[in-house]
Amino acid sequence: MADSGQAAETRRSDGAAANSEIAAAFDDGPAFIPYLAVGDPSYEASKAYVEALARGGADVIELGLPFSEPIAEGPTIQGAIVRALEGGMTPELFFEFVEDVDVDVPLVCMTYYNLIYQYSPPGSDERGPEQFVARAAEAGISGLVVPDLPAEEADPLRAACDEHGLDLVFIVAPTTEGERLQSMMERVSGYVYVQARLGTTGAKSDVSDQTDRSLQRLSEWNVPKAVGFGISSGEQAERIVASGADGIIVGSALVDIVADGVDSEWSTAETADKLEAKARELAEGATRGQTEPAPSDE
Amino acid sequence: MPGEFEEYGGRHVPEALEEPLAQLADAFDEIVPTDEFQTEFQYYLKHFGGRPTPVFYAETLSEIYGADIYFKHEDLLHGGAHKLNNTLGQALLAKRAGKDRLIAETGAGQHGTATAMVGALLDLPVKVYMGEEDIKRQEMNVFRMRLMGAEVEPVTRGNAKLAEAVDAALEDFAQNMEDTHYLVGSAVGPDPFPRMVREFQSVIGREAREQIQELHGELPDACVACVGGGSNAIGLFHAFKDDDVMLYGAEPGGTGDSHSAPLSKSKQEEPEVFQGMLTKVIDEDTENHSVSAGLDYPAVGPEHAALQSLGRAEYHAISDEEALAAFKELSQAEGIIPALEPSHAIALAKKLAQEDKHDTLLVNLCGRGDKDMQTAAEHFDLS
Repeated sequence: MADSGQAAETRRSDGAAANSEIAAAFDDGPAFIPYLAVGDPSYEASKAYVEALARGGADVIELGLPFSEPIAEGPTIQGAIVRALEGGMTPELFFEFVEDVDVDVPLVCMTYYNLIYQYSPPGSDERGPEQFVARAAEAGISGLVVPDLPAEEADPLRAACDEHGLDLVFIVAPTTEGERLQSMMERVSGYVYVQARLGTTGAKSDVSDQTDRSLQRLSEWNVPKAVGFGISSGEQAERIVASGADGIIVGSALVDIVADGVDSEWSTAETADKLEAKARELAEGATRGQTEPAPSDE
Repeated sequence: MPGEFEEYGGRHVPEALEEPLAQLADAFDEIVPTDEFQTEFQYYLKHFGGRPTPVFYAETLSEIYGADIYFKHEDLLHGGAHKLNNTLGQALLAKRAGKDRLIAETGAGQHGTATAMVGALLDLPVKVYMGEEDIKRQEMNVFRMRLMGAEVEPVTRGNAKLAEAVDAALEDFAQNMEDTHYLVGSAVGPDPFPRMVREFQSVIGREAREQIQELHGELPDACVACVGGGSNAIGLFHAFKDDDVMLYGAEPGGTGDSHSAPLSKSKQEEPEVFQGMLTKVIDEDTENHSVSAGLDYPAVGPEHAALQSLGRAEYHAISDEEALAAFKELSQAEGIIPALEPSHAIALAKKLAQEDKHDTLLVNLCGRGDKDMQTAAEHFDLS
């Protein structure tokens, strides 16, 4: 209890200030952070889906900006990316989506570095992180996750994020330690994405005990720890929060619902309802994890 | 950042792949320079692979082209292509680093076959990822791999070609990094692969540099090699990098707007982050295509991008038609059926000779053409 009780205080206090909205999302108990690829399978449908996640209790939403060559994504997320790209999603359309979507929670953009490196605003010759972050900030993005950007290479992006008040989230794998862990600690803000197990993204019924070890390794970090990879049920969400996580990140289990909707030709409303129900199950599970007494306590 | 060639290269991968790649880089740096490793590697290259491969003076072709043409006969290496140099080196390294399973991606099937060969030789299980489109084009190599005990996994996503096979192999690697070595087939991807593949392929240039001096009396004016990912080319070029010898890469120019020639045909100046490296990639609206399955990769090894930016090497596009013409020309002039990949290099050597650019050209004949006979039979109406 002592650990999870401190969740409200585990806000970044060193280095750059966190985006206040993201910090606030961790203030009232564990944060539920769902992920969907924007534009999967269409702009309008994914707008309805993201709004459904907010209704279902999301505290932060990770919006995937699809990139045609993602590295080490499992088949589920790859499927979402392919559908979104086939539906015509582009960085510009993504930013319009962010401006357009009607939700009241902070939005974090998850994408690959190539799109940031390549980004050039319409009508401009300038390209790169500064342009990307300026446009993201203008659209209303609160933070970024860039899986293929090593922390030691992230200074230009970190500087742009600082300038525009965005958080920069890093992913800690079960194998992350030493210098790379240190590099991340120096540059992370908002929350840290704790990868629950090795391998690619994808919903798995077992959530590894590597999670517990990772959380221990990060215990001195003064930043909220959100655990992701393979969480698909309220029970898992509960167990992970009970073991000390400040939040849970769920992608594949939600994308599976979108994919089922495409395969089974559900209406947008039907799929949105199922997403909302799943979101609620996960959010409630996470909340139970925090309020449940530790097993040995009376 | 590790593994940079000028601004290109690096290790742009998700955090979960950092640790196994860092470990591989350490193993490469520590193990490969040792006498023990080198003795074993050289033993297998010689007795299993058939090294050294000869350099051959192509008399008839030289007359036709109007310049002295020498071939480095990598098509005579066991397996019929230069690929074994790399698979043998990596597999021996993997074994010493404690890995007991190999995975690989393959385009034309040459690299997959060379991986299956060393898997059988060294008693390591092998799984090869291969695009479904390539499986159709290169059935014989699929049979060879399976015969030698490798599992061939068809990749159906996207264009179902080499780039997608790389993705699938990376996913396997991310999930099984503890016991698995990802045996990358070209000088591409995140560090340490580009420099590791170069190291194992550089035997091509080291031998050829000696051999051509013996045969011709001096160094050639230029070296020519085909470039998809660019492993045979970097293997040839490396030994000549400090010599007064021009280096030419022949990129697959395909047909019209469909090509796989990022260095010679891309309109876009800027590099991209692609499959773990910063390098040149074909334009977004270009269809990735080459008549040769081993070259139709949308990017290029980072060291080639660096050599071009430094002005140390030139890269020229050779069309499908030009490559096919060279394929036929060499077959008829010299009784050597080249693979379609080095046919691009031969076609470029012809152009350079006919433009009177150079008097002596050393061309890497990096593979034999048996695998391309179906394509040739259709194109030249041989049935």
